[in-house]
Amino acid sequence: MTFFFETLLGGLLAGTLYSLVAIGFVLIYKASGVFNFAQGAMLLFAALTFVSLHDQGVPFALALLLTVIVMIGGALLIERLVLRPLVNRSQITLFMATLGLSFIIEGLAQGLMGSQVRALDLGIDDVPLFVGPLMLSQFDLVAAAAAGVLVTVLALLFNKTRIGVSLRAVADDTTAALSIGIHLNRIWQIVWAVAGVVGLVAGLLWGARQGVQFSLSLVVLKALPVLIIGGFTSIGGAMVGGLIVGAAENLAEVYIGPLIGGGITPWFAYVLALAFLYMRPAGLFGERAIERV
Amino acid sequence: MRASFKQSLAGAALAVAAFTTSVPPAVASPDQQFIPLATYRVGAYASSGVQVWAGMIDYLRYINEVEGGINGVKLVWQECETEWTAEKGIECYERFKNGLDGAPVAVYQPNGAPAAYALSERAEVDKIPLITLGYGRTEATDGTVFPYNFPVMLTFYSEASSLVNYIAEREGGFDKLKGKKIATVYHDSAYGRETLGPLKLLAEKYGFENIQIPVADPGNEQSAQWRQVRQANPDWVFLRTWGVSTPVAVKTAARFGFPVDHIIGDIWASSSEDVLPAGAAAKGYLALTPYPAGADFEIHKRLKQYVLDKGHSDLKDLKNFGSVYYNSGLVNAAVAVEAIRTAQAKFGKRPLNGEEGRWGLEHLNIDDARLKDMGYLGLMQNLKLSCRDHEGGGSARVQQWDGANWTLISDWIAADRALLRPLIDEKSAAFAKEKGLTPRACTGDE
Repeated sequence: MTFFFETLLGGLLAGTLYSLVAIGFVLIYKASGVFNFAQGAMLLFAALTFVSLHDQGVPFALALLLTVIVMIGGALLIERLVLRPLVNRSQITLFMATLGLSFIIEGLAQGLMGSQVRALDLGIDDVPLFVGPLMLSQFDLVAAAAAGVLVTVLALLFNKTRIGVSLRAVADDTTAALSIGIHLNRIWQIVWAVAGVVGLVAGLLWGARQGVQFSLSLVVLKALPVLIIGGFTSIGGAMVGGLIVGAAENLAEVYIGPLIGGGITPWFAYVLALAFLYMRPAGLFGERAIERV
Repeated sequence: MRASFKQSLAGAALAVAAFTTSVPPAVASPDQQFIPLATYRVGAYASSGVQVWAGMIDYLRYINEVEGGINGVKLVWQECETEWTAEKGIECYERFKNGLDGAPVAVYQPNGAPAAYALSERAEVDKIPLITLGYGRTEATDGTVFPYNFPVMLTFYSEASSLVNYIAEREGGFDKLKGKKIATVYHDSAYGRETLGPLKLLAEKYGFENIQIPVADPGNEQSAQWRQVRQANPDWVFLRTWGVSTPVAVKTAARFGFPVDHIIGDIWASSSEDVLPAGAAAKGYLALTPYPAGADFEIHKRLKQYVLDKGHSDLKDLKNFGSVYYNSGLVNAAVAVEAIRTAQAKFGKRPLNGEEGRWGLEHLNIDDARLKDMGYLGLMQNLKLSCRDHEGGGSARVQQWDGANWTLISDWIAADRALLRPLIDEKSAAFAKEKGLTPRACTGDE
């Protein structure tokens, strides 16, 4: 039984890392209804910028600050050069734009900062930690705490500030929001900037685990089932979705995997997501679209 | 104003694109030997690729500039970007297979498992020998069924056998393997699954418990797998991962308390790029390799004198001189050059075509004396190929990561190739049957 609970808890903690990636998607989807295919590339770009600065002797805190500034600058550029010219276009057009954007960001990141694999040490020991008989990961506990803090900050931002109210208004009804004077471009700039910073947090934690390299952009594959389960419009849903995916795939790998050849972690998460699609197409916490036909 | 801003931006983008993608075109002529380079300098595997091509190009440049070519025949090379994908690998092959401006192709290196599999049968039709060092079809060792495929030096079967032989050495003999547990954590792909058969056979022979734990691509979360390892409590772990799944495995192993000095990485988990991201957790990690790291081999002294110090190296970051990947480029280039040199002994000192290149490969015999002449003693193993045997070597050395560098801790460890050969013959016979091929007879006159 100890092994079961250890697997379950380990999976839940690993799931918070998936949630961190998924939150970036949720932010942009909430504001514009666009699935941002470039989120993985933004995550890679943020981590690569940080580690490049740090490798050149820039102190940790300053490198972090400079990276945040770069991500905000990037968000402003994306809004100005990609989104604004495409305003009022269909969602599929915007999606295709983010698809192109992801390749541009990945290419720029490798072109400007090199393609070599970089180590990233955040000073968090990734060693076993025993809680009674249960062995947990110290790193995963820190990641879970980071995710918790991030969700709290974002919840405050969206619920307690004028920016948050404006953003929710744009998410609910863009035309109505525009009619009462909400500046759509400004909202997009803010949301992309926040998504960039969230990408930085996720990129640092994933980068510390696997190294900062091109494949960092692939961690978004872990976020898709999380979004389907939690819903594309809920930050809390992204958290819960991450926990469900993390726990389920770990338990499945250990208990079902050996029966069918193993290596089932990635696709089992999608099986789970498909099951949720049948039962709750909008996800656990997503907004159900009601359209008059 | 707005239009001019956009125009200048577009102009700048075009200038940057032109600057970053421009590669001087190779000028070739029929009196030169063409060496096609199917590269991957961009994409997920670029960090290793840039070092591999630097090693290859530096050696080819050394052959041209210091030795005056191969017996006076100058080499000319051109790159084609594959991004390590099968489709682009095929495109590059199709572009290169007929040579360059009359300079023919004698051997072709697909440089990537997907392209190697995709080109395997095409190359047989085109009569272009494929050299797949450390990857590709293991059953292509059987040259009677695969005349134009050469998985030279170390197939995954031999790698598994070398591993078991090394563990036996560490444990104090083969008799000590009985009752031991060896877990293989492997990339769940054709590459990763390749050692399932040989390890089963070796476990039956030596009596160790063979535990297999797959990791699905990309392998950036492995808690479940290493929890299984911890539960199984093996004596050794054979790590057959690739790319990001290697540092994640090493870090996760540390998190689960498994001793890193009892993890032995395979050929594709043996570079600095595999361990650097794992930081301190990788200190003590072991890895098998057919091209060990190090810049103290004789060839490195020559390259430093004639290529690097003259500013002619393709290496952008000179700290990678002597890295595993750079050295893999050196070894790959040397196999191609020596095959051509061998073939020239029969066909004359002139540029050669694919059929002649195959003859050169099948008569390749690189012994210690030749390795010493080449400056490769210690860096490369003896290699003797034949019509029936397209692998030739079957040995690996073990290196250990000290946190900053690799240190060689073993001599060449030979695989038990005689034990494994029936498995290879079985697979190649099945392939021949499926494709309706009649294996050629190896009479010695090929």
